[in-house]
Amino acid sequence: MINLKNVNKVFSNKEDTIKAVDDVSLSIQTGEIYGIIGYSGAGKSTLIRMLNGLELPSSGDVFIGKQNINKLTNRELRTTRQEIGMIFQHFNLLWSRTVKENVLFPLEIANVPKEERLKKAEELIQLVGLEGREEAYPSQLSGGQKQRVGIARALANDPKVLLCDEATSSLDPQTTDNILELLLDINRRLNLTIVMITHEMNVIRKICHRVAVMDHGRVVEEGEVVTVFKHPEQAITKRFIRQDTDPKNENTDKILEQLIEQYPNGKLLQLKFHNGDAQSPILSKIIREFEIDINIIQGNIQTTQDVMLGSLYVQLLGDKTAIEQAIEKFKQMKVEVEVIEHDLER
Amino acid sequence: MIWNVNVGQNIFEQYTEFSEVNWLRVWAATKETVFMSFASVVAVFFLGLVIGLLLFETQEQKSLFSKIINRLVAFFVNVFRSIPFIILIVLLLPFTKEIVGRITGPVAGIPALIIAAAPFFGRLVETGFREIDRGVLEAAESMGASKLEIIFKVLLPESLPSIVAGITTTAISLVGYTAMAGVIGAGGLGNLAYLEGFQRSQPTVTLVATVFILIIVFIIQITGDILVKNVDKRS
Repeated sequence: MINLKNVNKVFSNKEDTIKAVDDVSLSIQTGEIYGIIGYSGAGKSTLIRMLNGLELPSSGDVFIGKQNINKLTNRELRTTRQEIGMIFQHFNLLWSRTVKENVLFPLEIANVPKEERLKKAEELIQLVGLEGREEAYPSQLSGGQKQRVGIARALANDPKVLLCDEATSSLDPQTTDNILELLLDINRRLNLTIVMITHEMNVIRKICHRVAVMDHGRVVEEGEVVTVFKHPEQAITKRFIRQDTDPKNENTDKILEQLIEQYPNGKLLQLKFHNGDAQSPILSKIIREFEIDINIIQGNIQTTQDVMLGSLYVQLLGDKTAIEQAIEKFKQMKVEVEVIEHDLER
Repeated sequence: MIWNVNVGQNIFEQYTEFSEVNWLRVWAATKETVFMSFASVVAVFFLGLVIGLLLFETQEQKSLFSKIINRLVAFFVNVFRSIPFIILIVLLLPFTKEIVGRITGPVAGIPALIIAAAPFFGRLVETGFREIDRGVLEAAESMGASKLEIIFKVLLPESLPSIVAGITTTAISLVGYTAMAGVIGAGGLGNLAYLEGFQRSQPTVTLVATVFILIIVFIIQITGDILVKNVDKRS
């Protein structure tokens, strides 16, 4: 559906040049929810804007279906944009228009006949669950409701692709979940390809099928969400995942460092359990089998679209060889073990 | 000129000699003032929108053409905004004679009024456009809107409260300008106050002219406020 080939974007002014997007190649399948995660300034915002021609690449090609976005005339680009919906962090609704009029806007631009327009708008408002608020103005809506209007508006011309630019970043966690559920529902019902950029790993975890991690304009890691969560390779990816695992990530880091200092002989481990693997009483087995003590620091469980991931920070105290053997045993029991050393990767 | 206000006459009495007031002339002058103000407001409204749009649209464009247009429009706006109105109207007399055919009467006041007020309102329009969230413009663009659609469906409706408030302020200044224009022969309440009130020493006539101008201004302000309140859906 979407193919990026060696895409570069360079911004330059008198003082210096910034490489916002650096040789990115991606391929996104039809019906997929594809997440792009990165800190602000990583280039993800520029990247998503190249998918509908709001930014043009300095070099490289962007294909939507068979169309090369960079090779279109202005008129063709406008028609193509009608097939690519977009929603925004700050919703970007027209405050001078009611909910219904906002949804009608893209239909007016596409020159849909009036009766059809009204019918379509009604359907969309129903789809996003805003029945009864048709005549309200954006200023009378909550953030979540505004984003629902944004979604209805983005879907008005039956797009093939929906671009989400930090669509949940200004919403509270509960509302974020509701909006993500709505997006997932739309993805399943309409087989709509969704590309979302975010800096929140939990958004990726909850609805994305695949994820690309961006850093300094480059895609540094890419793959199935579950795989990336299980086996993150890059430091930045691990950091994103840790941020999601431990919401108070700063705290955990500090506690871990303190524990390392207090017990220089012990070993700190992060144990990761996948799906049903975590059902046998692993910890008690280990304690009975080896001459060690286990100190539990923190633990939690997360769910992706279809997999449960457990994570547990523990400290092993005791004889060095016993600890080594215990770690081996953990591995045999299909538990993933990461030893946390002094130089915490963040 | 001799300042020949009657000495010894009570000040209050000077302002209440209503026998001096020719109400038909006051009414005629009021109609002239309303006509001049209204005609110039209509023209200023459209001209100002064009100026505001030109300034806004050429502002961040990188083409040479846009840069030249922007500089040129900005230059004229700044020049005509800086000339004191009373000087501008005198300066424009030959121009007025050329296009209106005469330099006295209400119609003759209009060219100067438009040229004085349109740049001012144009700036207000530009400011109104700039207050629109860039994200909203980007959203419209992402939906495939053309430049014209963005102007008519986004820029104008979204800045309507600023535009209405701006034209109200401009209209009130214009009423003030018509009085100045009246002094040098354009007719209206300013003319009445000057000729009959000042030169014939009838302060009552001046007072009556003042009250009528105030009424016009209040009506404009109140109408403007109600309109702004009705079009502003931001809160």
